Amino acid sequence: MSNVLKCEHLRVVFGGLAAVSDFNIEVNENEIVGLIGPNGAGKTTVFNLLTGVYTPTSGVITLCEKDLAGMSTVARNHEGIARTFQNIRLFKDMSVLDNVMNSFNTRMHYSIAEALLRLPRYWKEEKAAKKRALDLLKVFNMQDQADEIAGNLPYGSQRRLEIIRALATSPKLLLLDEPAAGMNPAETENLMETIGKIRDSFHIAILLIEHDMSLVMGICEKITVLNFGEVIAQGTPEEIQKNPVVIEAYLGKRRD
Amino acid sequence: MKKTKLSTPVRYTINTVLTIILWALLTLFVSSSGLKGEYYRGILITIGINIILATSLNVVCGYLGQLPLGHAGFMAVGAYAGAIFMKSTPAATLLRAGNHAAVIPYIIIAVLVSAVVAGIFGLLIGIPALRLKGDYLAIITLGFGEIIRVVLTNIDSVLGFKFTYGASGLARIPKFTSLNVIFVFTVICLFLIHVFMKSRHGRAVLSIRDNEIAAESVGINTTFYKTAAFVFSAMLAGIAGCLYAGYIGSLYPSTFKFMKSIEILVMVVLGGMGSMLGSVISAIVLTALPELLRSFSDYRMVVYSLALVLMMLFRPKGLMGTYDFSMGNTIEKIINRIRGGRRKADTADTGKEVQG
Repeated sequence: MSNVLKCEHLRVVFGGLAAVSDFNIEVNENEIVGLIGPNGAGKTTVFNLLTGVYTPTSGVITLCEKDLAGMSTVARNHEGIARTFQNIRLFKDMSVLDNVMNSFNTRMHYSIAEALLRLPRYWKEEKAAKKRALDLLKVFNMQDQADEIAGNLPYGSQRRLEIIRALATSPKLLLLDEPAAGMNPAETENLMETIGKIRDSFHIAILLIEHDMSLVMGICEKITVLNFGEVIAQGTPEEIQKNPVVIEAYLGKRRD
Repeated sequence: MKKTKLSTPVRYTINTVLTIILWALLTLFVSSSGLKGEYYRGILITIGINIILATSLNVVCGYLGQLPLGHAGFMAVGAYAGAIFMKSTPAATLLRAGNHAAVIPYIIIAVLVSAVVAGIFGLLIGIPALRLKGDYLAIITLGFGEIIRVVLTNIDSVLGFKFTYGASGLARIPKFTSLNVIFVFTVICLFLIHVFMKSRHGRAVLSIRDNEIAAESVGINTTFYKTAAFVFSAMLAGIAGCLYAGYIGSLYPSTFKFMKSIEILVMVVLGGMGSMLGSVISAIVLTALPELLRSFSDYRMVVYSLALVLMMLFRPKGLMGTYDFSMGNTIEKIINRIRGGRRKADTADTGKEVQG
C-alpha cells in the first residue's frame, strides 16, 4: 500500500503562537484516519495547511509522493485533495444537481465561446456531467432531491451533499471536518455507513476530524491525537483508548 | 405520476416563436399609432438599451455578487468606440438614401468593435480590482467611470486632433438604431447571458457568489471566473452604449456621469439581484414611468429613492428575488397540471364504474 498523504514535521506559527508544531501523519490508500483532540488543539489548522489556506512555517506535505509546497487551494484540489467544512459551506442558492455539477468544472473542457454558441461539445459534456452527477447522487440516495435548492435541504442532507460535492472532484484524499457535528445518533449512524461506503466504492483515503467518539472509534483504522498543536499519540482505536496521555489531555490529571 | 419534460429543441422553438410574436406585436403597435408612433418607438428603443444595461450589470451584481459602480463608464467606452467607427463608414449616406439593408454589416461591425473595446477596458479594470474584496471594487469602478468621463472630455487637447470632440459633443453619428436593430440586439444579449449562465462557466460564477472559499475548494479558479464575468458584463454594456449612440445621434461625456451608473444599479436592485426577469421588468418600468409622468420629471430622483427605500423595506431581495423565469419550465408546469387534472378525472370515472 502506498502513501496517499504524508506530512513531515509540519509546523505553523501565528505571531508567537505555534498553532501546529511537528505534525507527522501518514494516510494510506483505502484507509480512514481520525484526527482528534480537545478544542483548540489545531485540528482545523492542519486541514487548512493541507488545503493551502495557510502556508506552513516549515515542514513538508506530499500527496502521492508529490510535494505540495507553494500550491494554492485550487491547484491542490486539482492534485486530488477535497474537503468539507466544519460550518457547512454549500452553494445554497443553487440546485443540488448544480452543486455537484460545479465540481466537474475542471474536468469539462468546452470554452466560454463554445458555451455561448452552444456547440456540440457543450451538449456532449453537459449531458455526460449531468448523468455522472445523478449517478453520484444516486449512490447516496439523493437523486430525488436533485432539483431542490441546496439551502432548503434538511441539515443532515446538507452535510451529505457537501461530501458528495467534494467527492465529485474525484479526490485521492478526502478531508472531512467534523462531519457529524450537530447530528443526532441516528443521523451519525447513517453517516458512518456513508463514509464506509465512500471508502469501499471510491477507494480513496479519508482523514476526518471528529468529536463524536462512537464514530471515530467505529470506523477509523488509525487515530492521531493532537493537543496544543502537538501529536501526543498515534495508533489504533484500542491503543488510543488505553493511552494515559490521551486520557490526561481529555480529562485532566488526577490530583494526588 | 410521470412528469412531462420538454426537450431542448421544443423549448428553443417555443421561445423563438414567442420572440417573433413579440416583435410583430411591437412593430404593429408602433406602426398603428400614427403620429404618436415615432414617440413610442423612441421609448421602446430606450427601454431596449436599458434592458441590455440592467441585465449586463446583473451578471456582475446579481450572479457574481460584486458591486461595481462604473457601468456607465463601459457604456461610454462602447458608445464612443461604436460612434467613431460608424462616422468613418459611409453608413450615414447609405441611411440618408434609405438603403437600410446595406448598413447592416456596418452595424454588426460597430457593435462588435464596441463590445471588444469595452471588454478590453473591463479586463484592464477587472484584473486588479477583482483581486480586492468588498467595497474596493465599488470604489475602483466608481473611479474608473469618472476617469473615463474626464478623459473623454479632455483627450482632444492631449492628442492634438479632434477625436471625441470633448464637451462640445460627438455629433452627426449615423442614426442606425431602429426598432428592429434594438430588438434583435436585446434578444441576442439576453440569450447570451442566459446561455452563459446555463453552462459550467455560469455555475462557477454562481458558486463564487454563494461561497468563494467552497468554490476554491472544489477547484474553481475564482480569479479567472470573476474577471470573465466582469469582462462579459462590460462587453454587453459596450453594446448598449453603441446602440445608444446610434439612437441619440450625438454623444456628450456628461451623459455618462456617476448618476447614470446608479440609475442602472437601481434597476438591478429593484428587479432583484440575480434575476434576469427582474432586471428586464424594472428596466421597462423605470424607463416608461418617467415618460408617463412627464410633468413630474423633476421629481424622478425623488421617486427613485422612494421606490428604493420602499423596496428595501418590503421586498429586501428585490421584485423577483433570485427567481429566474423560464418559458419552457412554465409550460411544463401547465401541461403537468392539466395532465394531473385529467388523470384525477379519469380515476374518478373508474371509481364510479366500480360503484355502479
